[in-house]
Amino acid sequence: MARIIPDVTDDTIQDRVLKVIATTKRIPLEDVRPDSSFESLEIDSLDRLNILFGLESEFDIEINDEDAKHIENIPQMIEGITQLVQANPKTPSSSGE
Amino acid sequence: MHRVVVTGTGVLSALGNNTSSFWQSLAAGTSGIREIVGVDIAQIRFKNGAQVLSYVPEEHFAAKDIDVMDRFAQFAVLAAREAIAEAGIEWTPELRETAAVVTGSCLGGRGAEEAGYWELFHNNKSRVHPYTIPLGMSNAGTSHISMQFGIEGPSYNVSTACASSAHAIGQAFWMVRSGTAPMAIAGGSEAPFFLGGLKAWEAMRVVSKDTCRPFSAERSGLVLGEGAAMLVLETLEAALARGARPLAEIVGFGMSADAAHITQPVTKGPVRAMRMALRDAWLAPEQIGYINAHGTATEANDRIETSAIRDTFGAHADHLSVSSTKSMHGHALGAAGAFEAVASILSLRHGILPPTANFLTADPACDLDIIPNQARTAAVEACLSNSFAFGGLNAVLAFKSLP
Repeated sequence: MARIIPDVTDDTIQDRVLKVIATTKRIPLEDVRPDSSFESLEIDSLDRLNILFGLESEFDIEINDEDAKHIENIPQMIEGITQLVQANPKTPSSSGE
Repeated sequence: MHRVVVTGTGVLSALGNNTSSFWQSLAAGTSGIREIVGVDIAQIRFKNGAQVLSYVPEEHFAAKDIDVMDRFAQFAVLAAREAIAEAGIEWTPELRETAAVVTGSCLGGRGAEEAGYWELFHNNKSRVHPYTIPLGMSNAGTSHISMQFGIEGPSYNVSTACASSAHAIGQAFWMVRSGTAPMAIAGGSEAPFFLGGLKAWEAMRVVSKDTCRPFSAERSGLVLGEGAAMLVLETLEAALARGARPLAEIVGFGMSADAAHITQPVTKGPVRAMRMALRDAWLAPEQIGYINAHGTATEANDRIETSAIRDTFGAHADHLSVSSTKSMHGHALGAAGAFEAVASILSLRHGILPPTANFLTADPACDLDIIPNQARTAAVEACLSNSFAFGGLNAVLAFKSLP
């Protein structure tokens, strides 16, 4: 919390993923926790597409259909995004370096 | 109430530019799915489609007509030409004034619309071409068929996504059965291969990067198709009186809405549509020997459709042959129901049931006899053709073989 540079890019990947979920699902950010299940957030197949779309824009990455199908919870989603972000040199990292 | 028969069919698809090549490919189990041409596939995450190949508009239309006809409308007219020629219709002023044209198209001329808007959004032009509206409107296919043949009766287009042309054929059937129109040209047409449309399908994450493998454990989504199919529907007595050769009888139509989810299918709606088609046809479930399935090869559709067929037919489901010809002609959206109606009619006519092509291994969730890879010789009394649209709108047609 007490970071020196109060930049939006200061958010961790986890924060940004949770924000994308909250924004696309139009629910309060505090309702989306890393241990929330998709079911408890009432995320259906169309919501999933919308979230994937939001994540691709947020992180400037491409998430392939097969990988997306195997995501069952938010930690897996964060892990997958982290891998894609690290593999993608054009994406600015969250530390704002 | 009249008995209604099909006396002509016309098909333009990835399987060739007429009904006969369409049927030969279906009976041989040959798929028309290939790498997409005409659109830069480097920009898309899938690469295969079922496109109409070696199509040259100038061979079929005058240049001034091509100017005002999107590809989908050209396909519609060509399929109607073939169907009308096969039926051997002799036009009289009275027939022209009363015959109906009912078509289905999901996207209409949205490809032309995209080209028109490209100038506006991309090239910073302030004008859009004046033909953008007549090219883009979804009823253009209907209108061009009407104008080409001078048909002046009830004419309209139905747009219910992947069920469009099944709804169109069903409504045309009811019009002829009730005497509202003595004859109808009915079917569907689609031309979805343009960048914006393909990108939109890409975002739905339902298009296969492989090929279309309905009911297979390895299925990975649909493959888009294009083209048109049209039928000539008329009363049995009129057909016999003029010495026409009916191909099959159309006997039932059922429709329903899931009222559930905009994209996710459920079992209840399809079951009700199949039951209504059977009731409308006065057919017992046991009289059905074949179902041309909606069978898109998406994970959800094939599982839900299997369970809907089991709910509808009970123990008889194990005696049914079911196949998805989308494995060969692709998913032509608004034209799909019309392709599959023609496939159903010709299955009855020839006593050959087309296979589900590209099948690899069975999925326990799709445990029907899906005619894997090889057509089957079987004289079937009656069959159903299922079409279930995004948005939960379902249409089922029933056909019966004629001696």
